[in-house]
Amino acid sequence: MANKGYEAVTGGGLWGWINARFPLDKMLKEHVTEYYAPKNVNVWYLFGALAIFVLALQLLTGIFLTMNYKPSATEAFGSVEYIMRDVEWGWLIRYLHSTGASAFFIVVYLHMFRGLMYGSYRAPRELLWIFGMVIYLALMAEAFMGYLLPWGNMSYWGAQVIVSLFGTIPVIGDFLSEWIKGDYFISDITLNRFFALHVVALPLLLVFLVVAHILALHEVGSNNPDGVEIKKHKDARGIPLDGMPFHPYCTVEDVMAVAVFLLLFCGVVFFAPTFGGLFLESPNFDVANPMQTPPHIAPVWYFTPFYAMLRAVPSFLGTQVWGVLVMFGAILLLFFLPWLDRSPVNSIRYKGWISKLALTLFAISFVVLAYCGMKPPSGIFPLLARIFTGVYFAFFLLMPWYSRIDRVKPVPDRIVINAH
Amino acid sequence: MSQEVDQSRRRLLVTATALTGAVGAVVAISPFLASWKPSARAKALGAPIEIDISKLEAGAMLRVEWRGKPVWVVRRTPEMLKQLDQAAPFLLDPESGGSVQPAYAKNSARALKPEYFVVLGVCTHLGCSPTAKFQAADVTVSPDWPGGFYCPCHGSKFDLAGRVFKGVPAPANLTVPPYGFINDGRILVGSDGSQAA
Repeated sequence: MANKGYEAVTGGGLWGWINARFPLDKMLKEHVTEYYAPKNVNVWYLFGALAIFVLALQLLTGIFLTMNYKPSATEAFGSVEYIMRDVEWGWLIRYLHSTGASAFFIVVYLHMFRGLMYGSYRAPRELLWIFGMVIYLALMAEAFMGYLLPWGNMSYWGAQVIVSLFGTIPVIGDFLSEWIKGDYFISDITLNRFFALHVVALPLLLVFLVVAHILALHEVGSNNPDGVEIKKHKDARGIPLDGMPFHPYCTVEDVMAVAVFLLLFCGVVFFAPTFGGLFLESPNFDVANPMQTPPHIAPVWYFTPFYAMLRAVPSFLGTQVWGVLVMFGAILLLFFLPWLDRSPVNSIRYKGWISKLALTLFAISFVVLAYCGMKPPSGIFPLLARIFTGVYFAFFLLMPWYSRIDRVKPVPDRIVINAH
Repeated sequence: MSQEVDQSRRRLLVTATALTGAVGAVVAISPFLASWKPSARAKALGAPIEIDISKLEAGAMLRVEWRGKPVWVVRRTPEMLKQLDQAAPFLLDPESGGSVQPAYAKNSARALKPEYFVVLGVCTHLGCSPTAKFQAADVTVSPDWPGGFYCPCHGSKFDLAGRVFKGVPAPANLTVPPYGFINDGRILVGSDGSQAA
């Protein structure tokens, strides 16, 4: 046989037979056993692995939910109640999925904040960051469409508000929102297509993007809390001196992280699946009613920072497209982070007080905006939302200036860590 | 036959083939995009509707669903019509210059007959359905409230002719759909063809 010689190289037995036909050993080495992560990565570096775990959990529970869910306006709400009451363990599968959605965003927000702290978006990781941002967008679309499926009244009116965002675009707005809905209002037709996107198109896209994100990561290598490139110092075999193989060092940590995560996660699933109305909102226990808006519409917590910005901007020139632009701008700016940051150093550890203050204010503004977005637009909240929308944008728009003038500390050549 | 490859001829053929293929691919997308437009059934269900208003009492409101949206018919009392004038100084667009309504509803009462107010109960901000707060000085809105409609989603306020107040998120007055009186007790919403009757 022609490839006899090759099999001799790849080794004998089943392992050799497979590797002569599929690069299993090569891939395992490249991405697991011989992928070197910096030895000083800390607890913030666990959220990437947790995000993959939650993605897998959502895929698994989602597939089992589709087995009993019916994507039609007359049956959807009832089929969710059927899952909750009559399907064996259906309540567990559904609560895992609904809690998983919120957990996904908690994990992803912490993962993104890690990137902000340690400058993980900076060269040569720009594309890695952009893939991550596209994942975030896809995740928001996935969550938004999934939220319509239970066909509760909050599902309905939440979708109504978001789809009409597209209607505010001049000239094509009306056509666009009709095109998205496939009807003159959010109807059975809309529900059916959101179902298709939620269970087929977007999960496929998400999985593809996650693969691209990891491939890009493994090409440039992981950043670390010192923001030092470990590839600069390699030993004679070409292995980074400050690196450790992903397996077993990181895999063990990640498994431990999953265990701790599940402890908290299952606590919510079993004891507080609605999480006080944050993860599952009470108006959603009523069936969708196009004629009756719930007394107070708020999106699920992970959208509220952007929702607060949307509401903070008043309309002028006879259109309220400005709030929509601000809201989308807030997300778009994140894409440009690699080019807005002009600091000579990567990590917050070596940046000066201005950058530290800016990042702190940014984190505070995100939390305050999230809170404002949950509250009715009266009293102090519209003012707070306006102030912190300003802070949010200032973090990005002033970054080219403050990151340059900020005093930085000298960065060590190699990773400084007190080994255990 | 020459053994040499005519590179420029090859490039031209490759480019022309690729472009033709790209045009085909773009055209092939269009049925998929078009399939998202309202279907024939959705269009049929969106046809005009008749509403019986003969039993509507003065000061009361009727809600009817049309195209999944609430259509409101309010039979306004003389007092309610008076409230319209009181609200006028606080309105963003009292003359309805920037809002959507048929020409015959572009007046201060925003109606064919001032007594009957027909409007889409959909906030011009983001499509929520405002709540009727007809009572003046309703403290759930504000102590100086002149009476009208209040949107619970983002706090937009409208007067009893669906005209938007200043300083709220909604940019325009509520939309008045095309409508007409078939006779004194029946209106047709969605079309004004039978207005003459």
